[in-house]
Amino acid sequence: MIEVVRPGPLATVQDLGRPGLAHLGVPHSGAADERALRLANRLVGNPEDAACVEFTFGGGSMRFHRAAWAAVTGAPLPVCVDGRAQGTNAPFHVRRGGVLELGTPARGLRSYLAVRGGITADRALGSRSTDLLSGLGPAPLSAGVRLPVGASTELGAITVDVAPAPRMHETPILRVLAGPRSDWFTEDAMATLTSAPYQVSPDSNRVGVRLDGPPLTRSRDGELGSEGMVTGSIQVPPSGLPIVFLADHPTTGGYPVVAVLASVSVPDAAQLRPGQHVRFRT
Amino acid sequence: MRVLRAGDTALLVETGDLAAAHRLNAALREAAWPGVVDVVPGEQTVLVVADPAADLDRLAARLPDLPVPADAEGGAEPVEIPVLYDGEDLDEVARLTGLSRDEVVRRHASAAYTVAYLGFSPGFGYLTGLDPALHVARRESPRTAVPAGSVAIAGPYAAVYPSRSPGGWRLLGRSRAPLWDVTREPPSLLRPGTRVRFVPEEPS
Repeated sequence: MIEVVRPGPLATVQDLGRPGLAHLGVPHSGAADERALRLANRLVGNPEDAACVEFTFGGGSMRFHRAAWAAVTGAPLPVCVDGRAQGTNAPFHVRRGGVLELGTPARGLRSYLAVRGGITADRALGSRSTDLLSGLGPAPLSAGVRLPVGASTELGAITVDVAPAPRMHETPILRVLAGPRSDWFTEDAMATLTSAPYQVSPDSNRVGVRLDGPPLTRSRDGELGSEGMVTGSIQVPPSGLPIVFLADHPTTGGYPVVAVLASVSVPDAAQLRPGQHVRFRT
Repeated sequence: MRVLRAGDTALLVETGDLAAAHRLNAALREAAWPGVVDVVPGEQTVLVVADPAADLDRLAARLPDLPVPADAEGGAEPVEIPVLYDGEDLDEVARLTGLSRDEVVRRHASAAYTVAYLGFSPGFGYLTGLDPALHVARRESPRTAVPAGSVAIAGPYAAVYPSRSPGGWRLLGRSRAPLWDVTREPPSLLRPGTRVRFVPEEPS
């Protein structure tokens, strides 16, 4: 069992979410940076879909009531166990009673703590993920919450010392594909989206990254009927300022989608922090 | 049928209308193609989300040949939702529509509805079929908390709030029907295409 000493600005339990229920209005949810969650699990010998703790902007601290192997991936940040520095993207051992402390990431936003055996908080609709849009899954973590950890006896050996760290650029460039409603916009809109830098707005969250920058102009008026939305959809509300949907996005929406992130760029979008600039290219 | 790309893992199929979207949705669920992760009907579309490893071109090519049922619901009886018509906005809806309170209730309870699609929150179905005389705009300032089971209307839609949430729809009454239960399989009483009738209930 691990106990939350301090959650930092926001910490939630996440696994690979609730696919297959979108037609019932259930968001996909799950780790915003799925790539980092999978890596964290592999590093400690867990199945890739085991639940981890997703820390937003670091700052968390956890007490281990049982000795365990653990790993931290995603936004790189200082990791200390009982006052001793540990690297990210590498498994490390925490003794019984040991305290893990996370600093603030220099780049990126979300870091993942995997514990060998996986976090075994209660499942809702097949997943342990906290969905901040619908309220499904465990509540965001608060000091004193104890998280159960699963058995590790059946797991494979830990075989990797350190994994290559993903590079997090000062101004990331995300790949986009024309969206299903790109024809609702002027020809300039796609050119604007893929040339001007956009700035990440402070009201971004796990639902979506809101962007400030040149507005995208529609070529037709009228209402689009509500339609299904995928993670990575770049939706454009009447303000013209794009919103990039992340894991907790609503399952349907009525604003046209001008472009969709290539799936390889979705984890990069999940690491954008407020105030940061981002560019898009096709 | 027009098949659009929604990124590199999904297709957005334009069906032209809601009934065709429901038929395609039913056909895709029945077919249960490997590699299809989510099938999400909208007002005139069906979103088909695939596994990243799936071949989208092949999926798109197979779609036109998929046998589609004549009736998405297979002739199923409508779901009956009991309603106690004592909603906070009943008087206001009466005023906005120029109808009496009783007439608002009568019209709401006599229409045949179909769940167009779900969204907003888990189990929240947008029901089409609302009497055009009852099409009223949503409230200018949404309530911060609408109780679960609230029976409401906004624009061309009717709905029942499956769980407590903020909301700007006009409240006509409340229902004890279990719209949403995470421990039930399926958790939602309503699915896209489900037919619905509201049945007035006397206060006990």
